[in-house]
Amino acid sequence: MAKQQHVVVVGGGLAGLAATMKLAEAGVHVYLISMVPVKRSHSVCAQGGINSVNDLTRQQGDTEWLHLDDTVYGGDFLQHQPPVKEMCDWGPKIVNLLDRLGVPFNRTPEGLLDQRRFGGTLFKRTAFAGATTGQQLLYALDEQVRRWEAEGLVEKFEYWEFLGLILDDSGQCRGVVAQDMFSMEIRSFASDAVVLATGGCGLVYGRSTMSMICTGGAAGRAFRAGVKYANGEFIQVHPTAIPGTDKLRLMSESARGEGGRVWVSRKPQDPRDPKSIPASERYYFLEERYPKYGNLVPRDIATREIFDVCVNLGLSVEKGRLCVYLDVTELPPGTQKKLDGILEIYEKFQGVDPRGTPMKIFPAVHYSMGGLWADYEKNETTGGLVLGSPRNQQSNMPGIFVIGEADYQYHGANRLGANSLLSCIFAGLIVGPAIESWLKALPKGGASDQPVSLFDGAVKTHKQRMGDLIRNQGDENPYHLHLELGEWMTRNVTVVRNNKDLKATLDKIGEFEERYSRVALSDKGNWTNQNLSFTRALGDMILLARVITQGALMRDECRGAHFKPDFEIPGTTADDPAKLHEQAVRWCKAFKEQSDKWLKTTIATHSPDGPKFSYEEVDTSLIPPRPRTYGLKGAEIVDKVWKEMTQGAPAGRKPIGTPMGAGTA
Amino acid sequence: MSKHIQVRVLRQDDEHAGSHWETFEVPYEDGMNVTTVLQRIAAEPTTVEHERTTPVAYDACCLEEVCGACTMVINGRVRQACSALVDNLLADSPTQIELRPMTKYPVVRDLFVDRKRMFETLKKVRAWVPVDGYHDIGTGPRIPPKAQEAAYPISRCMTCGCCTEACPQFNDHSAFIGPAAIAQAVLFNAHPTGSVEADDRLAVLSGPGGVVDCGNSQNCVKVCPKEVPLTEAIARAGRDTTLYKLRQWFGR
Repeated sequence: MAKQQHVVVVGGGLAGLAATMKLAEAGVHVYLISMVPVKRSHSVCAQGGINSVNDLTRQQGDTEWLHLDDTVYGGDFLQHQPPVKEMCDWGPKIVNLLDRLGVPFNRTPEGLLDQRRFGGTLFKRTAFAGATTGQQLLYALDEQVRRWEAEGLVEKFEYWEFLGLILDDSGQCRGVVAQDMFSMEIRSFASDAVVLATGGCGLVYGRSTMSMICTGGAAGRAFRAGVKYANGEFIQVHPTAIPGTDKLRLMSESARGEGGRVWVSRKPQDPRDPKSIPASERYYFLEERYPKYGNLVPRDIATREIFDVCVNLGLSVEKGRLCVYLDVTELPPGTQKKLDGILEIYEKFQGVDPRGTPMKIFPAVHYSMGGLWADYEKNETTGGLVLGSPRNQQSNMPGIFVIGEADYQYHGANRLGANSLLSCIFAGLIVGPAIESWLKALPKGGASDQPVSLFDGAVKTHKQRMGDLIRNQGDENPYHLHLELGEWMTRNVTVVRNNKDLKATLDKIGEFEERYSRVALSDKGNWTNQNLSFTRALGDMILLARVITQGALMRDECRGAHFKPDFEIPGTTADDPAKLHEQAVRWCKAFKEQSDKWLKTTIATHSPDGPKFSYEEVDTSLIPPRPRTYGLKGAEIVDKVWKEMTQGAPAGRKPIGTPMGAGTA
Repeated sequence: MSKHIQVRVLRQDDEHAGSHWETFEVPYEDGMNVTTVLQRIAAEPTTVEHERTTPVAYDACCLEEVCGACTMVINGRVRQACSALVDNLLADSPTQIELRPMTKYPVVRDLFVDRKRMFETLKKVRAWVPVDGYHDIGTGPRIPPKAQEAAYPISRCMTCGCCTEACPQFNDHSAFIGPAAIAQAVLFNAHPTGSVEADDRLAVLSGPGGVVDCGNSQNCVKVCPKEVPLTEAIARAGRDTTLYKLRQWFGR
């Protein structure tokens, strides 16, 4: 009889739980390792909803293809299209599954799923459970995993921290080393595949909308072991968050999806009660600047506009603090009720009832589009994926799979709202069959056939490292260092980026690296040492900060969340039709040049002398890239010229590569 | 002169150690909450007696009162540290903020307790919908909006343990499963597919530690941060278990 095979899943958010239940259903034994009880994972914070085409939108002309189009257009074409296509095709199936699992989605009077509209689309594609959809989805999957746990197929290791991968001489993954966060015991878990579902890295920015466990520690440890890190510089800054002293709390896009409006007084720091400011003196800047999408432009754009209104126009509604109004006071009570979950958060943390007073919000770091590199196998017939291929979600290192926010695959340069819950669950569901195939044909035998010394050696190394960190003599305080890192990253590597500041930040990160070597623990004990765990993660945060910042410095263009004004293609200005056309042609040529150079995935690879960077082609075989022209002056003419320029392009890879001048230009 | 706040923390090295108080002084910040206070203490763990100590251990994750992790007893009341705003605490008790661990669970260290028992109980009451599998086999059952409106508030329970902390019947020498678990059993019994296992859940609720152990003090519903209708759920469970037992006696 074959020896029992084990899979380690690290992280119990939506992605990790979806993978675990799918593996368990197939009879595979799973060790589920998580720093918190999985029911407390960061997915719980997702508020607004989950996107999928549905029967209603279908009748309005919506299709899975349009969901794909919105996703890649919103993501500025930086994502490989086959996995995104497969994900959008699965959208309705995933929502059905969640519905069957008992998620209390909001209902229409007839008992069907209710839908709301989210950013970057014109369709009401988003199913939701009040304003705590992530929580409700997480709980449904948590319940299923508990069911498998009761049946003995899943063994949970909660309050255990992933320390590193165990690789054999050929580089194949044979398990992980993890630490009990109570007893501080370090042990190995032999496994035939490892799934990293370890989330984003918001804590690199100090305060963000992310939970305290989103340090990027696990990603940093996998990166050090050789897993490539892709598109690190693409960090989503969510337009609407509540500033706080310990974290920045998300105020969901659903507030705008349900009709909430963003505005400032036309008079800087108008001291009047906002409710008394007449409509004529209010500046609804998103609606004025983007008549088509209004308050529901993609997140990167909404964020930049709020930033512009506060920083460049000086129209912040408060003195000494940057913020704008997010106003749901005019919504009918029934609609406000659907937002209770988030309105309560505002009320509890700000002490003001947003049902009667406009909220004060400002952008905050929210999501890592980039992450650990993952592969896929394209289905040449459908344009989607070959399901069950062991390549799906597998990293560049054999036996290591990456899913969820930890992977880079689905959101390109900017994620659309309500697409993350979908991508997390989708990747979790498809990684199950991928791993089954991988287990059936393990290239070099099973983990249980490996010498004990491989596992003991790995444990010894980590014990040694822990000892070194505890004994480290120095004068640096890890918490203060973290605050400084966060300040630098937030100031220079978020909404508006320029090379001078990015270079200065890289120098500063060099200084942080040096200071980190002199970091001293205030707790040198061997029981529930949170000081140690935080300080260890700080090392990983500094490492990822370098990957993010260097990637941003090297990428000289504007794409999605990566905005460098020095490399912005100036919009059209002319009113005279002939001149306007000429400008549009120039714009499109510049755009094409930029695309040829930069429509590429940034790949960082670890080396002892710092990350090495390279670039990979993006598979845009399904939808030819086109300029994102939300709100661009002369958008229609630019779109038209672009179409003319690219007309007749063969429907295949890289249609932007067709010779210029083939059209009317 | 900048304003400082005094925080008194009940500390304990591990489950078996004795506890002792330590007092810290933290610079006041506008809008700060108790988790911010604990972060500041972690950065500078020095007591008011100028003694260097270790950072206070505590459980925390989302910091927006949706994960349930940072539950502790603050000025005598069980609640989440993240949503405990210092201004409000000082308004009630101007001199000092007092932090203790929950008392119904083993202390891991300081304010950090192990609520494993709650999660184990969820297993016991089979708090899940027993679907056939995860393949694509169509939509779920139609649910009228009223049923959704009844389910959603119970489904927001974050297993934080406030209800069990306030419950006089829940402790380490009773088998009472507590209000949260009873509400979850009711939630899944009300779901069309979940109801398939209704009798298994009712068997647990009728057994030792089940719904009869509730002493009807109604403390649970007062401390629940998510306003889960716990007493309604317990009443429902009481009715359903009675009917269940009658059915058992009459051989169904």
